[in-house]
Amino acid sequence: MKKILFIEDESALQKTFGEILSQEGYEMISALDGEIGLRLANPPAGEKKPDLILLDLVLPKIHGFEVLKKLKADIETKDIPVIVLTNLEGIGDVDKALGLGATTYLVKAQYGLEEVVEKIKKALGE
Amino acid sequence: MNSKEIFSQLNIFAQCKKYGLPLWQCPHFLFLLMGLIIIGSTLGFYLIGSRYIQDPQAVALITLLVTAILFIIAFIVTRSFERLAEANRMKSEFISVVSHQLRSPLSNLRWTIELLNSGKVDSVSEKQLEYFKVLKENSDRMRELISDLLIISRIETAKFPLKKKEFSLVELIKELIKGLEPLAKASNVEVKFEPKADSPKIFADPSQIQLVIENLLDNAIRYIKEKGKVEIKLKRKDGSLYFEIEDTGVGIPEEDQKYIFQKFFRSENVMRYQTQGSGLGLYIAKSIIERSGGKIGFKSEENKGSTFWFTLPIK
Repeated sequence: MKKILFIEDESALQKTFGEILSQEGYEMISALDGEIGLRLANPPAGEKKPDLILLDLVLPKIHGFEVLKKLKADIETKDIPVIVLTNLEGIGDVDKALGLGATTYLVKAQYGLEEVVEKIKKALGE
Repeated sequence: MNSKEIFSQLNIFAQCKKYGLPLWQCPHFLFLLMGLIIIGSTLGFYLIGSRYIQDPQAVALITLLVTAILFIIAFIVTRSFERLAEANRMKSEFISVVSHQLRSPLSNLRWTIELLNSGKVDSVSEKQLEYFKVLKENSDRMRELISDLLIISRIETAKFPLKKKEFSLVELIKELIKGLEPLAKASNVEVKFEPKADSPKIFADPSQIQLVIENLLDNAIRYIKEKGKVEIKLKRKDGSLYFEIEDTGVGIPEEDQKYIFQKFFRSENVMRYQTQGSGLGLYIAKSIIERSGGKIGFKSEENKGSTFWFTLPIK
């Protein structure tokens, strides 16, 4: 079963995605801030790393861009595909995220739930 | 401050764009203009004074007095426009921050409704589906309004850059017609578009032009009362690309026509309370077309229909 790490501070969204991803046959683990996210992205030996990371940008403790930078700088996590899922749409946000190595940048307000799931499946090569 | 930041501070036009005010209301431009007037006036008074007044001290005193008065006037004028500019900038920033903050709970709401609607969590009764539909429609309305407000805020603070490229409007229009087909069918509206083979390509931002045409087409369909027709034409005219969309809808009352491109304006025509809209679409369309180097306009007659048009430069 593929594992998805969702780094998002809104627990309501964690709940919704937990439900839909479980229905789609994925295991989802939650991180409510960037620090926990980085820890769960690189678990201790013996534990499975996530196959994909869903990353919000506006996060407590460490901003999403910083999390993305660290994920891509770490040899253990740099190959995990990252989908940025945010409502930030400022000039340069998309280019910055893609430049830091994000696979896809999705603005929450522009996508339905099913569309996001399709993007996840595509990023997982399904 | 590095040299790039210093240069950007000295670039008056870029600074003025940030405020979203015309040049003559921009404090940076006014400061420069008043400065030039003061320097010119000081030199002028000195030269004229030296010719007609023998006493050099008197000349110097009068020149100084005139300079001081002009300086005070300049200070008062630029300060008041500075407050206006700052208020305008803060208003746009407020809209941007609030809109973004509103988008987050709205996304949560929308996706939760979609999950419940899907029946994947638990079975949903017909009656529950009806109410979920109401929730979804209203959350979609809020989402569109916030999206429009964000676009306007970005246009007014020059944070909505044009990513121009060469493309064909024909394919874009065909896609949009296809996308709005369910609405057209439900409204009993026939949408006709027969592009000519030699339709030229334009050099513009496709995503922004898409917003314009989507808005015009959506309006054309929605403002037809029972059954009607929308016809789109595209042709070369006076060296530009000319787009026209004609509908057989309810039209716009004459007394409303001069306000049609204003923010939040919605015409008091017969469809006013049967259609939903923020009154921002045409304001956004006009801003995009003018920023793209084109013109936009319309003609309309109540109970007969409307024709909206725009032109865009061909590369």
